[in-house]
Amino acid sequence: MIYMDNVAGTKPDKRVVEKMLPFIEEKYGNPSAHFYPLGRESFEAIEEAREHVASLINAKSDNIVFTSCGTESNNLAIKGVAFNSEYEGKKHIIISEIEHYSVQNTALKLTNLGFEVTKLKVDETGLVSLEDLRNAIREDTLLVSIMHANPEIGTIQDIEKIGEICKEKGVLFHVDAVASCGHVEVDVEKFKCDLLSIASQNFYGPKGVAALFIRDGVKLTPLFDGGFQERGYRSGSENVPAIVGMGEAARIAKEEMHIYAPKMIQLRKKLWDGLAKMFDFLHFTGHPEQRLPGHVSFWIEYIEGESLLLSYSLKGVAAASGSACSSNILAEDEDELEASHVLTAVGVPNDICAGSLTFSMSKYNEEKDVDYVLEITPAIVNRLCEMSPYYNKK
Amino acid sequence: MAKGPYSEKVMDHFMNPRNMGEIEDANAVGEVGNPACGDVMKLYMKINDEGIVEDVKFKTFGCGAAIASSSMATELIKGKRVEDVLRLTNEAIVEALDGLPPAKIHCSVMAEEAIEAALKDYYQRIGKDPKIVDEMKEKIKTEIAS
Repeated sequence: MIYMDNVAGTKPDKRVVEKMLPFIEEKYGNPSAHFYPLGRESFEAIEEAREHVASLINAKSDNIVFTSCGTESNNLAIKGVAFNSEYEGKKHIIISEIEHYSVQNTALKLTNLGFEVTKLKVDETGLVSLEDLRNAIREDTLLVSIMHANPEIGTIQDIEKIGEICKEKGVLFHVDAVASCGHVEVDVEKFKCDLLSIASQNFYGPKGVAALFIRDGVKLTPLFDGGFQERGYRSGSENVPAIVGMGEAARIAKEEMHIYAPKMIQLRKKLWDGLAKMFDFLHFTGHPEQRLPGHVSFWIEYIEGESLLLSYSLKGVAAASGSACSSNILAEDEDELEASHVLTAVGVPNDICAGSLTFSMSKYNEEKDVDYVLEITPAIVNRLCEMSPYYNKK
Repeated sequence: MAKGPYSEKVMDHFMNPRNMGEIEDANAVGEVGNPACGDVMKLYMKINDEGIVEDVKFKTFGCGAAIASSSMATELIKGKRVEDVLRLTNEAIVEALDGLPPAKIHCSVMAEEAIEAALKDYYQRIGKDPKIVDEMKEKIKTEIAS
C-alpha cells in the first residue's frame, strides 16, 4: 500500500514506538503518584515530553497542556475562553469558512448560549482576507480562531499577519495548527497567538494524544473537572505512553523537519506537474505555492471522488476525497452525506466537489510512489470518464 | 485483509461493470439524478416489438455503490418483458449486490427510478401516455401487498 493520506494521520516513527513501549509494559506508574519511583518515572517522562513539544512550537513547557486529540484541543481553546467569567460580555467569535468541524461546530454550538459567530469567507485559493478580518473584529469580539493549514486543500494562511491584527485589536487568537505542525514551522511567538492546537498523529506520533498551548494570562475554564492533572486544565489520568510518544515525535520533528520538508516539496512538485500535464479537465485546489509540503489536491470533471478513491485503493494507493459520497460511508442515512464545506467555500460547485481528491505525502514517501501514482492515473481516470454520462457532453 | 464498506459483489460490479455504455438507436432513455450527493444515472434500452428489453446500457456519474447498482440493474432487466422490468425494486438490486451500506441505499433507488424514467420515455415514443408506467407500478405494489 502506498500511503498518501497523511492528513488523516501519519505512520508513527519507529523511534517513537520504541520510546513508548516501556511505558505500556514495565513503566506503568501513575504520574500523579509522586511518592514511589514508578509514579515519579512516569511524571518525569511526561515533563520531558512537555519540554520537547514546547520546543517544537517555540513555547515554554509550562504553557503546554496535553489532551486526547486535536478536536479536544480546539474545544478546550474555544469553550475554555467562552465559559470563563474573565471575558464576560464578550460574545463574538470569528472563524473562517474552512475551519475543521471541531472549530466550526464548537463555535456554532456557542450560539445557543448567546454567542455570535462570524465566518470569514476565503478566496479561491483558500486564503482569509486580512481586510475582512480587520473589519469583522468588534468591541465585543472575544476570540479569532483560524487554522494554520487546511488539510483538504493544503493552503497555509498568512497566520503571522492574522496574529498581528488580533494583537493590535486586543482579541484572543487561537490557531488550529494540527495539519501543519511537524511539516512547516509553527512558532507561537511569530504567530502572536494566545492558544494553539497540535496533534501528535500528524507528525509521526501516536493517535489519541494532542496538546494545547495556552499563553500566560489567558483564562481558560476546563471542559471537565477532576483531579487537577495538567494544572487543572485537563483532569484525568494522563495517557503516559502516548504523551511520551508525542514528545519523541516532537523532538524528531524539531531536529529533522528541515531535512524532510524540502524532499516533500520536491515530491509535491513532481506529482503536481505530472497530473497537470495529463488532463485539461483536472483542476487543482488550494494555493499553488503557499501550501503544505507534500500536499496535492484537485478535482476532476465528469468523475465522482469516491469512485476515484476506490479505484486508487484497488491499485494500492490510499488517498482522501471531499465528495459527499465519501463523506460518511458508515452513516445511517443519505442525509448525512455532505459535500466538503471547504471546497464549497473556495467556490467549487457542489456537483463538481464530487470529484475531489487529496494526496498528502509524508517523509516516508519516495519518488517511486509518485511515479506509480502518475503511471496508474490515466487508466483510472479514462475508465471512470468512459462511465460518466457527462464526459461525452464535452 | 480488513473488509471495506462494500460487498465483494459491489466491488466486482464497480471494477467490471456490465452493460456500460450507450445505445445509439435506443428507444427508451432515462436520466435521473440524486440531489443528496450529485449522482446521475443515464439508462438506455432497446425494446423490441414484443416488449422485451433486447439490450440495455448505462452511464453513471457516481460512487462505487451507484456504479454497481446501475450495472446490477441492467443485468436484472436484460431480456425481460417490460411488465416484468417494472417489477424490479431497489430492494431486489440491493439483495442481488449482497447489500449496500444504509447511506448508499439511495443509489439503488436511483437505478429503479432510471428504469422508470426510461420506460416513460419508451411509452411516449410509441404514442402512449407515460403515466401508464406509474399505473403499472401502482398495480404491482397492490399485487405484492395483497
